[in-house]
Amino acid sequence: MTATVEAPQKYVGQPLRRREDPKLMTGAGRFLDDIKLPGMTYAAVLRSPVAHANIRSIDTSRAKAMPGVVGVFTGEDLAEVNPLPCAWQAAGVENFVNTPRLLALGAVKQVGDPIAVVVAESVYQANDALEAIEVEFEELPAVTDAREAIKDGAPQLHANAVGNVVMHWTCGKDAATVDQALAEAEVRVSQALTNQRLIPTAMETRGSVGQYDAGTEEYTLWATSQAPHVHKLLVAAFILGVPEQKVRVIAPDVGGGFGSKIFMYFDYPLVLWLSKKLGRPVKYMEDRTENYLHTTHGRDHQTDVEIGATKDGQITALKVTTLANLGAYLSTVAPGIPTTLYGRMIAGCYKIPNIHVDVRGVYSNTAMVDAYRGAGRPEATYVIERVCDLVADATGVDPADVRRRNFIQPEDFPFDTGIGMLPYDSGNYAPALDRAQEIIGYEQLRAEQAARRQNNAQKLLGIGVSSYVEVCGIAPSKWIGLGGEGWGAGLYESAMVRVYLTGKVTVTTGSLPHGQGHETSFAQMVADELGVPYEDVEVEHSDTKGAPFGFGTYGSRSLAVGGTAIHKSVAKIREKARLLAAHLLEAAPEDVVYENGKAYVKGSPEAAKTIQDIALQAHIAYNLPEGMEPGLEAITYYDPPNCTFPFGTHISVVEVDRDTGHVDLIRYVAVDDVGNVINPLIVDGQLHGGIAQGVAQAMWEGAVYTDDGELVTATMNEYAVPKASMFPMYELDRTVTTTPVNPMGAKGAGEAGTIGSTPCVANAVVDALSHLGIRHLDMPYTPERVWRAMQAATA
Amino acid sequence: MFPNQFDFHRPASVDEAIALLTADPDAKLLAGGHSLVPAMKLRLASPSALVDLSGVEGLTGIQTNGKVTIGAMTTYAALRDSKELAAALPIIPQTADNVGDPAVQARGTIGGALAHSDPAADFTAIFLALNGSVDVTGSGGSRTIGADDLFVDLFTTDLAPDEIITSVSFPAQKAGSVSAYEKFRHPASGYAVVGIAVVVNAGTDGVVDSARIAVTGATSKATRATAAEAALKGKKLTDESIAAAAAVAADGLEVNGDHFASADYRRHLIGVLTERALKRAAAAQ
Repeated sequence: MTATVEAPQKYVGQPLRRREDPKLMTGAGRFLDDIKLPGMTYAAVLRSPVAHANIRSIDTSRAKAMPGVVGVFTGEDLAEVNPLPCAWQAAGVENFVNTPRLLALGAVKQVGDPIAVVVAESVYQANDALEAIEVEFEELPAVTDAREAIKDGAPQLHANAVGNVVMHWTCGKDAATVDQALAEAEVRVSQALTNQRLIPTAMETRGSVGQYDAGTEEYTLWATSQAPHVHKLLVAAFILGVPEQKVRVIAPDVGGGFGSKIFMYFDYPLVLWLSKKLGRPVKYMEDRTENYLHTTHGRDHQTDVEIGATKDGQITALKVTTLANLGAYLSTVAPGIPTTLYGRMIAGCYKIPNIHVDVRGVYSNTAMVDAYRGAGRPEATYVIERVCDLVADATGVDPADVRRRNFIQPEDFPFDTGIGMLPYDSGNYAPALDRAQEIIGYEQLRAEQAARRQNNAQKLLGIGVSSYVEVCGIAPSKWIGLGGEGWGAGLYESAMVRVYLTGKVTVTTGSLPHGQGHETSFAQMVADELGVPYEDVEVEHSDTKGAPFGFGTYGSRSLAVGGTAIHKSVAKIREKARLLAAHLLEAAPEDVVYENGKAYVKGSPEAAKTIQDIALQAHIAYNLPEGMEPGLEAITYYDPPNCTFPFGTHISVVEVDRDTGHVDLIRYVAVDDVGNVINPLIVDGQLHGGIAQGVAQAMWEGAVYTDDGELVTATMNEYAVPKASMFPMYELDRTVTTTPVNPMGAKGAGEAGTIGSTPCVANAVVDALSHLGIRHLDMPYTPERVWRAMQAATA
Repeated sequence: MFPNQFDFHRPASVDEAIALLTADPDAKLLAGGHSLVPAMKLRLASPSALVDLSGVEGLTGIQTNGKVTIGAMTTYAALRDSKELAAALPIIPQTADNVGDPAVQARGTIGGALAHSDPAADFTAIFLALNGSVDVTGSGGSRTIGADDLFVDLFTTDLAPDEIITSVSFPAQKAGSVSAYEKFRHPASGYAVVGIAVVVNAGTDGVVDSARIAVTGATSKATRATAAEAALKGKKLTDESIAAAAAVAADGLEVNGDHFASADYRRHLIGVLTERALKRAAAAQ
């Protein structure tokens, strides 16, 4: 009998349940607010009740005398501390940068601006003392809407930003060329589109704990962070001016972020500064209204599109002019979102020969706007997918066929859209559309829609199609960074893999889970690639101490970029293991192979050395080949050659109540292509949540400000985050088109659901009303808005 | 989300609770707390003390002997799950299942809801439509307040500061009485954007003797749609009579609007939901 190496169970591709969940679901997780340190004090922040004002005076004397108060500080006390940095400015144009200070100094520019901080023995005492602070304001007129903010005579927020314009950026062909193509088009359509402002609403709000150790002069920051290494760098070098090696940042369990926890916020440096000043640890935790007022918002675009097409639905020209409301100041990467991640993705899945995109960032007396799940790509996809339906409407071509006719074809990849994005890596768009149409029963639905219209049915039927492509794992640093798109650093990722003497493995990643299941997926990968039991692999993250620098988790990058770094570290370990095994087997290295956790001479697997044998030898180190270092570990910093471009088609069905305008989402089909899948259960979970968030924008969510800058939707009683009961069961399927960009062939799945779903439902609602002559309706589709549109159309 | 300091009392009897309220005019009763406690956390309410009624004997329970009497501290969950009510007054368990979410249903009480007079609550409309009454006890003794006298304005009732609702009663329903509640839920809060409760009494010939139609969500307090009630009287419930009643349902009401639903839209919804509720009631005849 020939001895063979037993082929083990492969973990990759298995729907393993998340190993994180027992802890999180039994209350054994440790979130920011669970942290209690000896001598801890509690900070509460006085927030501006007005949207725009000069501060005439602040009287903290009564507050300082309140029971339990340890200290009260205002912007004057922090005048020497740098404002927060803006780390991504739009490339190639001037950015008129204004960033927030830790506490307002002399003026407030949005409701919720932090004015003063109270530190007390208890959080109750801190909040009581806030009420004793007296602030005298000289109120100024406010502006919240981007179209209003750029008008002559509008209130001006910052002296250096004339007309409240942050930057004016363009991409694609020059405007005159595109105007000419528009003029020559057989069919022309124009439309104003609002992509309303959203509030990210992570289940856990933001918070921070700062501890300064006077003995070691070390600062430790616990923060609700998606990017602790970046926060460490920014706090140390850019804000507080303290040595980077003296700062440690730890993200405990983080209860969701959706982008909002990438950024630098005032409280991260503030709690460290306070801790040093007071000699006590300081905790700050936002409440939900503070989160809604002052943690970053998303979207808020006002766009005018002009479209040229042929009579048979071929899009020949597209001119997009967008005002991106960025809020009262620039958040950490705000200008990059409506430029690189929006403008350069406006072509979607389509070959469009003439595109011009014109984007102005705008200041207004509102919360800062920055990346929110999808970050630029949902806004771009909303525009191009509404464009497709507008073309369908104008030409009479079925919306699905408009998409099919304009798709980039499989043989076109890598495909350059000509608007400054890196070439799309790989794609095959039609099969996902075909499959989605098949699952939903597209033709039957169209027939039912016609019948309901014929019969004056109480509920109108709408069918919405959205084909999307997005960009994940943004890289390489040379392209995205300061020499290219203006991101202020790199976008590589790190992985340190260590195999201990006992053969157990720790993987340290610079990415950071806050719901994505890294601890499970990465362990599956490493278990397969190293050939060890899944249970033997531990995934470490979220603490900068002793860990290689990493950029964190956002932009669906953890697997495509961070996973590749892990893969490469494992490859280095395998190679060392192979060389050590050759030495132990007294064989020539070129004759030894490593697979499934064993190294052996080709043809003689019965005499294999297991990874556990090899790890022991590597660590006890008395019998190593000449020149080999002891130990078995590897660090990799991986900077990909390109981004990845997941895609798919979503189709939804809605019913619209003709009497009330109430919209019901009754079916949702999503066929996504995220490349190869490590854990299908986790990918489905990401899609489920993503679709819910994207649908929510179409159906329910929207931040509402009064004209004078008060946030009406400042609580969850007003801001409509949906419940699970408001959705139908999703019908999911996948196509698999691997990417050549990374060795796993994986593209990224964190944002795909959100990106595809918003226009899908928007198109369905407009489709339901199209026989009334309605061509477009802005989101969210509140019942009154839909009812009024029907009333106006039938009047 | 950190309330001002307050004292906490858990009396064992109604008398003890009244004594606490009398001694401290800024104290508030705690009867579930899903409205009061969030308001305290937002510092919109800052009572000096909470007088928790959950330890008071005799304030829970459901009795159905023709007339239905429900202890004021009976939770929505108990109403929702009551087989007696499902037989006697099915609109009550159905509505209890339509309040908030399971957590709210587990804590919230019928007496708490009526005493709070939230303009968008569900049970205020049910109470009006069913022509209920509350038994209250205070330092001056006990009295009964009828449905049409309890709600005074936004978050304001006829209750004196030291009066406690001890029970909620509903008269025996006549043979041929039918009811329905239609609710248009706010997607964020789950409260009624508009809610319409209808109770229609008709004779054996199907002619309406009396109808009570109550509106919640749209007005500063739960209010009867008297024009619609009058329109039905003496008519059979037909598509035509229902449409005619629905058309005047908002007449005479002072309807409020907000960013989610304007006053005009709410007036429209009052009509639509009145029509739907009456049709459901008619179908049950």
